[in-house]
Amino acid sequence: MSLTSAHSVVAPSAVSKRVAGTIIVLYALISIVPLLWIFATSFKTPPDSIAYPPKILFQPSLEGYCNLFSTRTRQTPEYINALGPATGVCDETVRKRNMVIAGPSNFMPRFVNSLIIAFGSTFCAVFLGTLSAYGFSRFKVPLADDLLFFILSTRMMPPIAVAIPIYLMYRELGLSDTALGMILLYTAVNVSLAVWLLKGFIDEIPREYEEAAMIDGYTRLQAFWRTVLPQATTGIAATAIFCLIFAWNEYAFAALLTSGTAQTAPPFIPTIIGEGGQDWPAVAAGTTIFLVPILVFTILLRKQLLRGITFGAVRK
Amino acid sequence: MAEIRVEHLRKAFGDFIAVQDSNFVVGDGEFFVMLGPSGCGKTTTLRMIAGLELPTGGKILLGGEDVTMRRARERDIAFVFQLFALYPHMNVRKNIGFPLLAQGMPGIEIRRRVEETAKLLRIDHLLNKSVSGLAGGDRQRVALGRAIVRRPKCFLMDEPLGTLDTEFRDLMIHELRELHNRIHATTVYVTHDQMEAMSMADKIAVMNHGVIEQFGTPREIYDRPATMFVADFIGSPPMNFLGFGGGLSKGASEIVVQGAKVAVPEVREDIAPADMALGIRPEHIRFDDGSKLRGAIYGTEYLGTTQIVAVETSGGIIKARVPAEIRLNPGDQVGLALSSTRLSLFEKGSGRAVRTAIHDTVIHHGASQGRAHRG
Repeated sequence: MSLTSAHSVVAPSAVSKRVAGTIIVLYALISIVPLLWIFATSFKTPPDSIAYPPKILFQPSLEGYCNLFSTRTRQTPEYINALGPATGVCDETVRKRNMVIAGPSNFMPRFVNSLIIAFGSTFCAVFLGTLSAYGFSRFKVPLADDLLFFILSTRMMPPIAVAIPIYLMYRELGLSDTALGMILLYTAVNVSLAVWLLKGFIDEIPREYEEAAMIDGYTRLQAFWRTVLPQATTGIAATAIFCLIFAWNEYAFAALLTSGTAQTAPPFIPTIIGEGGQDWPAVAAGTTIFLVPILVFTILLRKQLLRGITFGAVRK
Repeated sequence: MAEIRVEHLRKAFGDFIAVQDSNFVVGDGEFFVMLGPSGCGKTTTLRMIAGLELPTGGKILLGGEDVTMRRARERDIAFVFQLFALYPHMNVRKNIGFPLLAQGMPGIEIRRRVEETAKLLRIDHLLNKSVSGLAGGDRQRVALGRAIVRRPKCFLMDEPLGTLDTEFRDLMIHELRELHNRIHATTVYVTHDQMEAMSMADKIAVMNHGVIEQFGTPREIYDRPATMFVADFIGSPPMNFLGFGGGLSKGASEIVVQGAKVAVPEVREDIAPADMALGIRPEHIRFDDGSKLRGAIYGTEYLGTTQIVAVETSGGIIKARVPAEIRLNPGDQVGLALSSTRLSLFEKGSGRAVRTAIHDTVIHHGASQGRAHRG
């Protein structure tokens, strides 16, 4: 696959390359500032975080992370002095604010919920999407075009329009505030995207590969597993990232349908603000940690993602 | 290895009839070529034999066994695709061994068989290479290796040389035929290239619009085309046709074309008056000033040992293949003498060849004569 030859007839000049490069760097800088600000805030103390003018240089502190992972109770200085020596960095940090650690916060369980629900629904959406895309791509499905349009149409209505019916249905079915309910919901939303994206990828894989495998003694499922799937990895990776990003970031339904055991991180993070003043460093710490999985996943799959995004545009 | 027998095979896609009433037998160890223009149904026929497409009607027998409705993997055949279909995520060794893996053969045995096959095809030095880096001819050899490694009942090949450039193609034609002579595998080969068909085939079926127009050896198909389509499709340049009218009666050996009497092979059947055509291969024309059949030189193509001369007659342009030494100028008047024993006669309406003395020595092709006529 040659990227350069397919892109343009005329090779870009040094000047246009430099202009394009400058624009890209500028845009990247503008985009990254809020992220850097959140990252910096997560290492500030609460007074530093609301200081005016804002502090660019500051003494880094783990207070935000300590507050994120713990619940604390206020005590009298006498009580704190009577305690033994501090058991760790966090213990020491909170004692300076006349508080003691009472126990772990809900952040970890919420974060784990997010992981289970996002990865679970991504897996389901990609699994179902791959199989249906293969079906649409290879078999004469009656009314295939109408079915594909129907699948796409499930994304057309704004989610908020169906929020109340879903809320009522979930309450009746006992799916409110359950990980299963959230996985089903996100799978349903993502599967349409997965079918459409993957059908494009699978259409591009010549059917001769499976036919060759089937003649060579494999069943269709074996042929699919051994010849189609390995060649569709690019598309599957790209689709998985899109699905994961949606499920990971989804806020509205999570806020509506989860409140306790199955609550995900997005609706949980804003609740930190309320606990004992506006604790911006803790919120920033939560946000920073929340960004990590997507970052790691994207970095791991960046090759496939890049190839996946340019797939239709560049012919082999 | 096994015989392939196709009986009344039919395939329709909706209203479109891709193959109608196909009948032929490919003998054990024969190299059989299906030849025809694109869309004539040859690939569909091949895919039905493979089990990739189910027929609308008719029967397919492999080695005497009815496999018409069997799945592809239960037929024990090998298929070489036009685009080779080499798995890009496997190296050459894994590609060739892939069919053996399906049979659950132990690894050591697979290794031995793959290496043996690679040696046969002279690609043993490529075994650990990735298939994406291979040249066209080597890809073709790997695809062949994947086909022969399993020692199947027969080979099916769908225009396997179609994507190769001329240089590789000539080499592979030679190699394919040589390979066939060594392993004697029953082979069905589909192509639209008459040169490939003529140089490799034991038997050829010429197809058009889903119908087998003629089934026979390359020599029969060239020398006594069963229909005008076959006469026109085979040969470069193709057979010339000169129209004439009136009927023919048994025993006649002379016709009148453009006012000139032409001796033809003795007619073996009575034909009611209709539009007829006389078919003449370009190499069966000589220039003879004594001939009543005349025309003017229109143009020449010099080919080294011979030249193709286009002659404008009152019945249209006729192409003759004559020795290269003859000097000709456009506009020259020439007389055309035809080799009376090599001419074909056709009924224009049906395109069917009239039975004449050239059909006297009949060559049998097993049970099925397979000479389907359109009508």
